[in-house]
Amino acid sequence: MKWSKLALAALITSGAVATAQADTVKMECGSGATVRSFCDYVKARFEAETPHKLEFIDMPASSDEKLSMLQQIFATRASNVIDVFAMDVIWPGVIDRHLLDLTDSVKDLEPAFFPSAWQNNVVNGRIKGVPSFIDAGLMFYRSDLLAKYDEKPPETWAELARMAERIQNAEREAGHRTLHGLVFHGKAYEGLTCVALELIASHGGGKFVDADGTITVNNPRAAEALDAAASWIEKIAPRGVLGYQEEEARAVFQNGDSVFMRNWPYAYLLSQDDKSPVKGKVGIMPVPRGGEAGQHAATLGGWQWAVNVNTKVPEASIELVRILAEPETQKRNFMLMGVPPARTDVYQDPEVQAKGPYLNDLKVVFDAAVPRPSTPTRSQYPRVSNAIWNATHDVLSGRSDGARAVAELDTRLARIKGKDWR
Amino acid sequence: MNAEPQLSSGVAVPTGAAAGSRRKRSLQTRRSRSAWLLVAPTLILLAGVAGWPLLRTIFYSFTDALLDAPHEYAFVGLANYLDFADGEAFGVLADPVWWRSVRNTLWFTFISVSLELGFGLALALLMNQKFRGQGLVRTAILVPWAIPTIVTAKMFGWMFHDQYGTVNDLLMRAGIIDGPLAWIAEPGLSMWAVVIADVWKTVPFMALMLLAALQMVPSDLYEAARVDGASAWQRFRRITLPLIFPAMIVALIFRTMDALRVFDLIYVLTSNSEATISISGYARDQMVAYQEMGVGSAASVLVFMMVAGVAAVFLSIGRMSEPKESQS
Amino acid sequence: MKLTRKQRHIGSQIWIYAASALAVLICVFPLYYAILTSLRTGQDLFLPNYLPTTFHWDNYVTSLVQNGVGRSLLNSVVVATVTVGACLLVSISGAFALARIRFRGQKAILFTVLCVSMFPQVAVLSGMFELVRFLGLYDSLGALVLSYATFSLPFTIWVLTTFMRNIPVELEEAAIVDGASLWVIITRVFAPILGPALVTTGLLAFIGAWNEFMFALTFVLSTENRTVPVAIALLQGASQYELPWGAIMAASVTVTLPIIVLVLIFQKRIVGGLTAGAVKG
Repeated sequence: MKWSKLALAALITSGAVATAQADTVKMECGSGATVRSFCDYVKARFEAETPHKLEFIDMPASSDEKLSMLQQIFATRASNVIDVFAMDVIWPGVIDRHLLDLTDSVKDLEPAFFPSAWQNNVVNGRIKGVPSFIDAGLMFYRSDLLAKYDEKPPETWAELARMAERIQNAEREAGHRTLHGLVFHGKAYEGLTCVALELIASHGGGKFVDADGTITVNNPRAAEALDAAASWIEKIAPRGVLGYQEEEARAVFQNGDSVFMRNWPYAYLLSQDDKSPVKGKVGIMPVPRGGEAGQHAATLGGWQWAVNVNTKVPEASIELVRILAEPETQKRNFMLMGVPPARTDVYQDPEVQAKGPYLNDLKVVFDAAVPRPSTPTRSQYPRVSNAIWNATHDVLSGRSDGARAVAELDTRLARIKGKDWR
Repeated sequence: MNAEPQLSSGVAVPTGAAAGSRRKRSLQTRRSRSAWLLVAPTLILLAGVAGWPLLRTIFYSFTDALLDAPHEYAFVGLANYLDFADGEAFGVLADPVWWRSVRNTLWFTFISVSLELGFGLALALLMNQKFRGQGLVRTAILVPWAIPTIVTAKMFGWMFHDQYGTVNDLLMRAGIIDGPLAWIAEPGLSMWAVVIADVWKTVPFMALMLLAALQMVPSDLYEAARVDGASAWQRFRRITLPLIFPAMIVALIFRTMDALRVFDLIYVLTSNSEATISISGYARDQMVAYQEMGVGSAASVLVFMMVAGVAAVFLSIGRMSEPKESQS
Repeated sequence: MKLTRKQRHIGSQIWIYAASALAVLICVFPLYYAILTSLRTGQDLFLPNYLPTTFHWDNYVTSLVQNGVGRSLLNSVVVATVTVGACLLVSISGAFALARIRFRGQKAILFTVLCVSMFPQVAVLSGMFELVRFLGLYDSLGALVLSYATFSLPFTIWVLTTFMRNIPVELEEAAIVDGASLWVIITRVFAPILGPALVTTGLLAFIGAWNEFMFALTFVLSTENRTVPVAIALLQGASQYELPWGAIMAASVTVTLPIIVLVLIFQKRIVGGLTAGAVKG
């Protein structure tokens, strides 16, 4: 709190900053060539616009490994290891106490961002991060196959299942024996929680846990959603999807062996690669609704810039975060890395439009993005998510059914919650 | 195990044979004094790099510390292990997932270590033969051990892919299965997938350890036995096995301890789904994913106790092969 | 029908060669497949194909040059060599005492040594992290050498103790009669006989240190101090989900090669050891 006020004061009197001592900020940056060019851009701007220096720290890309590494750093309360880093969308509640309160220094930026992405960083009314880029669950479809069978992209899950079955069976008869109707990432891991959230939310079954922390999962709509998904296994989806992560699913779809795929936007760019067998044959749409009464839902993903609470250079770090939050920076990030900006205004940029016309379709999806219940469940989220993906996996693999699974999940979540989420 | 006691005692413990003479006894005293000097570096190093972290873990298992703030803790007694509140049991020992992980781990360890011992012994005996190209075999055999576990796990993950994996592809080409198997998706199969990957990776370790032991069997023993007309099986049973038995026990202990602590392979292949979770995976979940250092440490201590128990069993089996030592 | 000695010899030779071929095939196939994969790009990466189709060397360039796996290779060699060297040095004297001298507390020491290597790695992580920071070794290769001793040292001690027990007592007695000191007995009499065991143990411990992941990930932060498994795990695609499979396989092939070279250098020494002559002294 004290620091952020200081920081704000420093920002207002920017003349004073210029004469202030030069601090060195340590920012996370990946090791890939494209990531580096983005980081170099940030460094050039930061060092030109402020008297400070920027150094890069390489961190694991995998969310799990990065989190455990950060936790070790937090545990030592080290102030000189890392200042500014990217956090996964599910972390704000988990590592809340190690994040610098940015409320006073960035709250003016809120209107420019997707509301779901922004709100996800607000823990107990304090802003703990600024969205870097946004990600959300999508349904991919084979536009050529749908056209061939004179179908329009499905509005509901039931339509999708019907279409997938029809096209799959007809194509198999015609000789494409390895074709499947639908693939998704159904291994028992965080990704399955994302799928389950979309399924249940799109059926109007809620988000497992409300924004105010109430457990809502034990309802018939949620059970129905899980049962529906279980009925797809071996009918339109190979049993193997229960062991897939994103890349295994993409391999099947990109090889032309699936009509539909649930995945993240990154798969679109790769499917349009010159060597891709499905280049120019892929459409994207929001995840279907669960029946006429349902709604579109897309699990929110993406990364946020956050500042280590132990940093010795809070003012300089906040200045860096503000540069990272600018439209020009987010645009640069998209142009170089292809990651969708978390600011809505960047989508109108002509250069951005020229590079990614598909972004218009994506923006609709992002508007409907639903966050996982990570912020309300606080540091208990990893347990909550573990319970969710195990319950979902049990239903999908036929070891349980929807009604029983949601009832058991309800009990389990209540036990994790105890008196209240902490 | 005591088939050839006179043979194993002849090479096992030299001190027994030397007992009796006074000169030798004074030598013995001097030697036992220098023994402490010789093991001192080992003990000091181990106390530092292992003793201290171990004590910390045991200490934390009685607290409610969180991984990212280990300095703020309160003592909770045995609550991390077992606790009763409001008529409900809490703690690791009351968690059905823990007991499931214990079952999974024991099953995995038993199956994979048995297979490794079998294949490892066969390979070691093979490499102990003299034939052209044995250098090639010895090199090739080490390849699986040389590939980092993380890479092995990911590589096998792709090889077990139901649609494009080479395992299904080869099995189908060979006509062993009709349609693709969902190796990773089916809990029953995915445990076997983990076992296959583990066996592939660690047989070289076993084989090389046993080979080194075989190399130390004096060849004149075989010559003598051959002159006596012993068959190949008799020679193996009476000479080879008793002589490599201590090394085999050590190899088994290290492999079993490793297998009991299996984590990476399961984590990458099935991402710790509750159907295949191992005890180390359970401890890691508590500690890293849930950040509950107290509970995670308690689980680790339980893992340790389990592993130590199994090791003690092996050691007592191993001792049977050294009858002299237990007499004194 | 009784087979002649020659026929039996040929028969066993056929068995040996068939078994060897099968073993080599099974052991090397995944590496072969990794090499194939490392030369592919795009969709080809995912499809089963047992012969080389394309030769994209870019994956090697990406992993070795851009992602600094080359540098990590050097780090791994240093860390593993120092670890194994130090462990062998410390344990050869320790193992001698444990195997050849009877003294109080011997069994307790052996069991303790075994015990320390039994904790799951994740459990000692926090305590080790404290120790590493206390010694000021965070983010240095020294941290890794130190932490790798937790699993390497018990292993080398135990294996060497076991092998030393098997060395015939006559050899030692002869040396004692000649008035040799303990140190001379260890270095001049035992070390040469233990050659193959030392090489084998060292090799296994070397690879163990070479492959370690969790400590290496936690105790080293900067790119220039990374070891190979971490560098491979940190290879990233354009997004968090994409797996740069071709580059990962290229890096894996590259890191496996030094081990193969190492084995080729030492493979003569793995065999040898106790000949009948040496036993009689």
